Amino acid sequence: MDGILALAQQNLFSPIVLSFVLGLAAALVRSDLNIPEAIAKGMSVYLLFAIGFKGGANVSGHGADLELALALLAGVILSAALPFVAFGMLRLLTRLSVVDAAAVAAHYGSISIVTFVAASTILDSQGIGYEGYMVAVAAAMEAPAILTALWLISRAQPDSRQQDGHLWREVMLNGSIVLLVGAFLIGWITGEDGKRQIDPFITAPFHGILCLFLLDMGLVAGRGLHKAQRVVSAGALTFGVIMPLVGSLFGLLAGLALGLSLGGVTLLMVLAASASYIAVPAAMRVALPEANPAVYLTLSLCITFPFNLLLGIPLYTAAAALVVAG
Amino acid sequence: MHMHPAKRVEIIIESVMEGHLTEALVDAGVTGFTVVPVSGGSGRSGHWTREGQVSRAGGMVMFICLLLPDRLETLLDAVFPVLNRHIGVLNITDTHILRADRF
Repeated sequence: MDGILALAQQNLFSPIVLSFVLGLAAALVRSDLNIPEAIAKGMSVYLLFAIGFKGGANVSGHGADLELALALLAGVILSAALPFVAFGMLRLLTRLSVVDAAAVAAHYGSISIVTFVAASTILDSQGIGYEGYMVAVAAAMEAPAILTALWLISRAQPDSRQQDGHLWREVMLNGSIVLLVGAFLIGWITGEDGKRQIDPFITAPFHGILCLFLLDMGLVAGRGLHKAQRVVSAGALTFGVIMPLVGSLFGLLAGLALGLSLGGVTLLMVLAASASYIAVPAAMRVALPEANPAVYLTLSLCITFPFNLLLGIPLYTAAAALVVAG
Repeated sequence: MHMHPAKRVEIIIESVMEGHLTEALVDAGVTGFTVVPVSGGSGRSGHWTREGQVSRAGGMVMFICLLLPDRLETLLDAVFPVLNRHIGVLNITDTHILRADRF
């Protein structure tokens, strides 16, 4: 118990979490603090490139094998399966329509890459190692949930529209996925030599830039929280907190079945617990324009993301430590 | 200077649909238009702003098309299926252009 509390304290008082809290607080008191859009975009490009490259370089050292293939498969299955759980919970806890519930469910099957980056940074700072290919697992978990959501809709509404190429382009060629997978491949191809060449760029400034990025995310989440009461019901808010815990349990079981390290299990829990707010919302606007974007964006970005960052990550780390390390 | 009557069509649509609408316009032979980002506004769902959007899902863009009046129906037939289910506005105004042979 003391270990869990120490872990939680270490997480809560880390610069990245405190930066997020600063942004959140500034937005809640309606400060005019603002990160220019182009800078926020630039920081997200940097973070995706750095995390993808480092993961690829790490895999090049260990080689691609059955372990990697199984982890990718597990990620795809988790992403495709979790929307069923989320959809069932939403129908039970809320009065959302089938379309809104399916759209929200897609977000909770997919992942938040920022939560993943924050979790891996916290693990690094605690000296907990993890499999480098977890970045590839994160990328593999982005899209399958969208297919499940569309299947749920087509089952409930047999006359629903067939999707065209625009949706698949939005899903598969989304900028963040292309950058993450592309950087992973560059890291994999160039290996440790490549990493040495750009190490000062992708390692030293990483933590500072992540702090600023999370400050901006705090501002965005805080502004969204102002509107949350008008947009989502108590049942939906409850879902936004319970679903990450349920998802993390699935991640824990999958991580144990794969025989991942402590850090690997923790990251798979984080991935299964997180909800998308970049790739899936855009795909949902194309595929399900009838679904209310305020509901799914508020839940994933303003409820689940802060929950995971502030409480979820230390909780998942502690649970993984309890199960993996005994 | 002789000016020619024309139609100015403004379409405000979700930015995720920009590619879809561009394709529909080009397929319909409407090759002259301008796309500009929209920084915010207010509609049936209340006030919104581009500031702080982390996903393209929340953004809007505006297409500005200038065309000769006899091409208007073709444009509307191409745009309607794309705009129909999505958040957006289409408005048409009468205007004048200088070089009709370019439209």
